[in-house]
Amino acid sequence: MVKMTYAEAAKLALAEEMRRDPLVWAIGEDLGRGGVFGQYLGLLDEFGPERISDAPISESAIMGASVGAAMAGTRPVVEMRFADFALCAVDELINQAAKARYMLGGQVKVPMVIREPMGMWRSSAAQHSQSLESWYAHIPGLVVVVPSTPADNRGLLKTAIRSDDPVVYFEHKNIWGFEGEVAEDETLIPFGKGRLEREGDDITIVSWSAQMHVAGKAAALLQAQNISVELIDLRTLWPWDRQMVFDSVEKTGRLLITHESVSVGGFGAEIAATVSERLFSVLKAPVIRCAAPRVPISYAPPLEDKVRVSSKQIVEAAEKLVNTSSNDNR
Amino acid sequence: MTEAPKQNIDKDWFLEHHLMMHRIRAFEETAARANDEKLVLGAIHLSIGQEAIASGVCKNLKREDFLLSTHRGHGHTLAKGADPLAMMLELLGRHGGICKGKGGSMHIADANVGMLGANGVVSANINIAAGAAHAIKLKQEKNISCCIFGDGAINRGPFLEGLNWSGVFDLPVLFICESNGFASTTRTDAMTSGEGAAARARSMGIKATEVDGNDIVAVDEITREYVANIRKGWGPHLILFKTYRLHGHTASDPASYRTNAEVEAAWKEDPIARCSELLLRVGVSKDTIDEHRNIALQEMQKVYKLAKEAPWPSVDLALADVQDSGDPREGAF
Repeated sequence: MVKMTYAEAAKLALAEEMRRDPLVWAIGEDLGRGGVFGQYLGLLDEFGPERISDAPISESAIMGASVGAAMAGTRPVVEMRFADFALCAVDELINQAAKARYMLGGQVKVPMVIREPMGMWRSSAAQHSQSLESWYAHIPGLVVVVPSTPADNRGLLKTAIRSDDPVVYFEHKNIWGFEGEVAEDETLIPFGKGRLEREGDDITIVSWSAQMHVAGKAAALLQAQNISVELIDLRTLWPWDRQMVFDSVEKTGRLLITHESVSVGGFGAEIAATVSERLFSVLKAPVIRCAAPRVPISYAPPLEDKVRVSSKQIVEAAEKLVNTSSNDNR
Repeated sequence: MTEAPKQNIDKDWFLEHHLMMHRIRAFEETAARANDEKLVLGAIHLSIGQEAIASGVCKNLKREDFLLSTHRGHGHTLAKGADPLAMMLELLGRHGGICKGKGGSMHIADANVGMLGANGVVSANINIAAGAAHAIKLKQEKNISCCIFGDGAINRGPFLEGLNWSGVFDLPVLFICESNGFASTTRTDAMTSGEGAAARARSMGIKATEVDGNDIVAVDEITREYVANIRKGWGPHLILFKTYRLHGHTASDPASYRTNAEVEAAWKEDPIARCSELLLRVGVSKDTIDEHRNIALQEMQKVYKLAKEAPWPSVDLALADVQDSGDPREGAF
């Protein structure tokens, strides 16, 4: 095992895939100088400016041209700089990339990875902080990936690059520098397989991306109170690992979902609905979501923190859940 | 328009254009009839009056060249080499449709002949065509990419972004603006500031020109010249072809926003009639010329008959071709 950051793990994955397959190339603003977050640092020297390509500030063309380049036989890795800016290219992603294969009756595929740095990053305000992963999970044709650790970022990015589907790949800006162990050999992580971060018996907590770290702290605090948490990192939202969640909830009877994005219409709602449909009889308490209020993200730290879901909130919600019996529920 | 006699044209080449234009016309007339008979299921946009551009451009492309088209794309698709029966089956939503009944008229495509798709979103094909050219450059291949769009497309952002992109990366792409005067049901010039597509292209350093799009000889000549330039590695080019949309925006649009006199005047510039006159002048017999209309009509009548008799597609297809990971056929939806 080697210790590296979340950003270094992604860079390693991209470099490995570019060495393996000459049709893989990356395109986006400021890539030549290493990308806004340094996640491409040094790649220009190895692969040259055609494959680590700078782009004009033209999100529509970055996304749209990559659709054409994917249809014409290459495998573009598209850097959108901030997930928020990808909204300038929604037609190209939703109307074109996601649906071309279907609309054309399977005549073409669109193998591209759309990297969208997401999430709150201190005082970046409402146009540089959003978590929009649930939007994309709603769109047929797209795969949605939300890694939380360096090992997952490496293994999932490699799988994404080899996938023939358009993959929306959310990396969280707040954990670029987070360090973790990464295998020395190439480990591919399949889509649709969650990771059991922690085993427990009293309550299942499901999360993804940077919120996993918040949930991890909450689980440790709960353990100190003898509440045993089973913590699941979904890793991908489409496809998502239903079976892992079902198996866990069958054991614990209680489910809490936490995500950084807005609660209303968030992916937590999909998980809650699915579990309620399938496992109503085993639930000892209502399924609970700990997610953001439906409010834009602020600039000033106290205002920003007001919409950030904290470990404390998760602990309080979990305590309440384990103290709820099925009779109280009725 | 009167034109100088062209004595030294390649008769066989323009006879082929003449037949292709008739085939497109007959296909569109058949589609209009199918629309009237309620057998076409969604909106269709006819290219009657614009056949010289489809034939003139596509005949100068190779099979392996990419083509991206618009919602008004039947003519381009046919001229690029697609099978009219598979196209008509698609319009009628039947088994054997070229997109398996999933796209209809506005997503018609035939990847086997390099035709990567019509598009239901105006201007969206421009970036895709630039990207296909980008792939050609990265793979160091010899083919080119061609994008046909209407005059309405030049007021959307992708026109600016895609042309700039093609210039910045010096891509092998030919942009064709079919300027038929209308952006949906509004006159394009009323909604366009400045001098239009060619002037905008030139402002970005892209070689561009304006040509009569109803003159098959002019269309053929300029396309051949620009395609040769692009194959030599001279980067993106743009041609604006002036034409006129003889029918409404859709096959169901009576186009009551213009006078009959205007449309009658436009019919006098019918590109097929002009091509027929040219062929007569250079000595082709009237019988040969007239026969093309019959050949095309018979072909499309047969196509229509077969398409009407075809069954609906298998329902299983509804869940196919979505995605490999999280495939809805696995039941997880």
